[in-house]
Amino acid sequence: MSSTTASAAALPADPQTPTAGVAKKPVDPRSAKRRKSLAQWGFIAPAVIFMALFFGYPLVRNIVMSFQDYSPSTFFTGEAPFNGLDNWNNVFSDGLFGKALWQTILFTVGSLLGQFCIGLALAVFFTRRFPLNGILRSLILLPWLVPMVVSGIVWRRIFDQDTGVLNSFLGTIGLPGDTPWLTSTSMALISVILVNIWIGIPFNMVILYGGLQEVPKELNEAAALDGASAWRTFRSVTLPMLKPVITVVLVLGFMSTVKILDLVLALTDGGPADSTQTLGTLTYQNSFVQMDFGAGAVVGNILILISAVFAVFYLRVNRNEGK
Amino acid sequence: MTEPSPDGRNRRRSRPTRRIVVPLTVVSAIVAGTVLSGCGQQRDEDVFTVMNSSTDESYHRWDGDTLKRCSKQLGITIEQQSVPAAQLMTKALRMASSKSLPDVLQLDASEMPTFAEAGGLIPLKDLGLTTTDIPEGIVDFGSFDGKYYGAARTVNTLALFYNKDTLDKAGLKVPTTWAEMQSTAKELTQGKRYGLALSAGGAEDGVFQFTPFMWSNGGDESKLDTPEVAEALDYWKALLKDGSLSKSTVNWTQADVNDQFMAGNAAMMINGPWQVETLNAKKGLNWGIAEIPVPEAGDDSVGPLGGGVLTVPNTGDTEREKTAAKIIGCMAGEQEQITYALNSWMVPANTKAAAVWRTKAPELAALAGQVSTARSRTAKVGAQWSSVSLALQSAFQSALTGTSSEAALKRAQQQVTSGN
Repeated sequence: MSSTTASAAALPADPQTPTAGVAKKPVDPRSAKRRKSLAQWGFIAPAVIFMALFFGYPLVRNIVMSFQDYSPSTFFTGEAPFNGLDNWNNVFSDGLFGKALWQTILFTVGSLLGQFCIGLALAVFFTRRFPLNGILRSLILLPWLVPMVVSGIVWRRIFDQDTGVLNSFLGTIGLPGDTPWLTSTSMALISVILVNIWIGIPFNMVILYGGLQEVPKELNEAAALDGASAWRTFRSVTLPMLKPVITVVLVLGFMSTVKILDLVLALTDGGPADSTQTLGTLTYQNSFVQMDFGAGAVVGNILILISAVFAVFYLRVNRNEGK
Repeated sequence: MTEPSPDGRNRRRSRPTRRIVVPLTVVSAIVAGTVLSGCGQQRDEDVFTVMNSSTDESYHRWDGDTLKRCSKQLGITIEQQSVPAAQLMTKALRMASSKSLPDVLQLDASEMPTFAEAGGLIPLKDLGLTTTDIPEGIVDFGSFDGKYYGAARTVNTLALFYNKDTLDKAGLKVPTTWAEMQSTAKELTQGKRYGLALSAGGAEDGVFQFTPFMWSNGGDESKLDTPEVAEALDYWKALLKDGSLSKSTVNWTQADVNDQFMAGNAAMMINGPWQVETLNAKKGLNWGIAEIPVPEAGDDSVGPLGGGVLTVPNTGDTEREKTAAKIIGCMAGEQEQITYALNSWMVPANTKAAAVWRTKAPELAALAGQVSTARSRTAKVGAQWSSVSLALQSAFQSALTGTSSEAALKRAQQQVTSGN
């Protein structure tokens, strides 16, 4: 039995019992290694199989699909003839793609900036001790708990130009109460970004608040003793200490923002006049409204590529932090 | 198995690894196996399934009752499976690839051509169903490429709903032409109340609402950049400019329009009979219904036909398909049509059934007139409808937010032609 020799062979590797194995017949150290690596693979196997099945397979299928003429009839015949770069050409030659890409960039950058700045400000605010601190902090978490589609529907009502709460509130405090939040092509994207900022603040606040707890108080005190102003202390002591957390927040925020779909569908359906189309809604429209799965896959792949670039960037930053 | 090792340490070390490795691998294999085998489903010999989008409690119950009666009549067991309307098409396509399609599939009429074009449906005449007593418009509604694939039980369309009290108080008559509607709407626009509400949202709702204006004016979905379509769009723009339509129109669904009408924020609205149940639930709301006004007196008011059709998916099992056709024959029988129409406020597809229904629901007579001239969205462009619809949405939204109608429609036609 090979297991016998293998189990004995593991012994010489153990420095605590140098003589035990040597006393017996000499065994092949390679088989011990093989055994050990088998054990390691055994632990990894479930994860690898899971990843391959639920991430690898769809990913590869999506890439292949973008080079195929994949139509509803494919579901019956199983045939999806390859059509080279046709899908890619169609997507790129459509003016809507460029528009959606630009709007996705605006949406992502705008949302991240807003979420992060307000989230950080709130996190700093809550590091002070004051009554009701805990209750207020948990209240701010609420937007995070509300499902995206529900937020979308509620905000659509709030933003209604004539009957919405927001405009009537602005009207009563003497500001112009007829802002076309979702009905003007120039305002709609800004309104969608505002809602997404509202949704994203809690996540940013919680993670940054956690990070701030890790910053040793002595450092701030030392800086204060050296005569640094509060702003200077924040900029030169707190922020650098927060850097790893900031990276996490921004990269995770980026990945969830760039693929936005449900919020836009609930708020504007991509309208008015495509002024809030993003790559996410374009994929949805191609695949599930037009049933042109090839074109949908092209836009989907581009989204994956963008996210992948940032994932790699994130991993690199993390590795450098570890050193 | 393992020889006791001299110090016992070795055993403790090596055995756990095997104890874990084996189960882990087995678990992974089982998980993978279950996932893969979950794709194929066995059909039960005596149980037939009808898949529809009746996820609302009332619709689910009405359909359930119908199927109970049909089960009894045909001596089989029929089960109902309801999926949200927006997911029905993709769900059915997935079922097609795993060979587990239901026996009867209720599709929205605008989606049916896509499914038929893919070779997913069996022509109903091949299975022995006839189109006797069904008006031509409704046969077209269930047809693709000249073949009759979908039997409608009832159909719906759009009409003009108005608040009787508001019109009476202002001493105004129900408008019948575009000019009348424009002046009536303008007069009724007061304070927070708009004269008219309609949906010009960026989805199928908005396109559905635009078609009566486009068609009554002689416009056509197979060519969007014609003066007739542009005129229809200019009419919408004029209403918006007058202030008779809210600027939020471009953001409203048909349900939003109904909410505005019920809240008294609109004196008239373009909407469908599926809102009647909600309208009747509001006490003190005295509403009436009329045909959608036409460009010039004497023109036909051409609205869009809406609703679902019952189809037999191509499962390759001829015997079951024949039984499926019998189920459809029962569900779309005269008596069932009347029952369903009275429940859901829609118009029976069958002429005889419609005649009976008219005596039972006289308040909806205008709807019956509107249905008799109504048109199917997919009769001309078939499976291309989804592209036309997307281009049209984008066009009327651009026009309502500033672009000229001609330019917006020209761009829309280019979009349809280039296939993007």
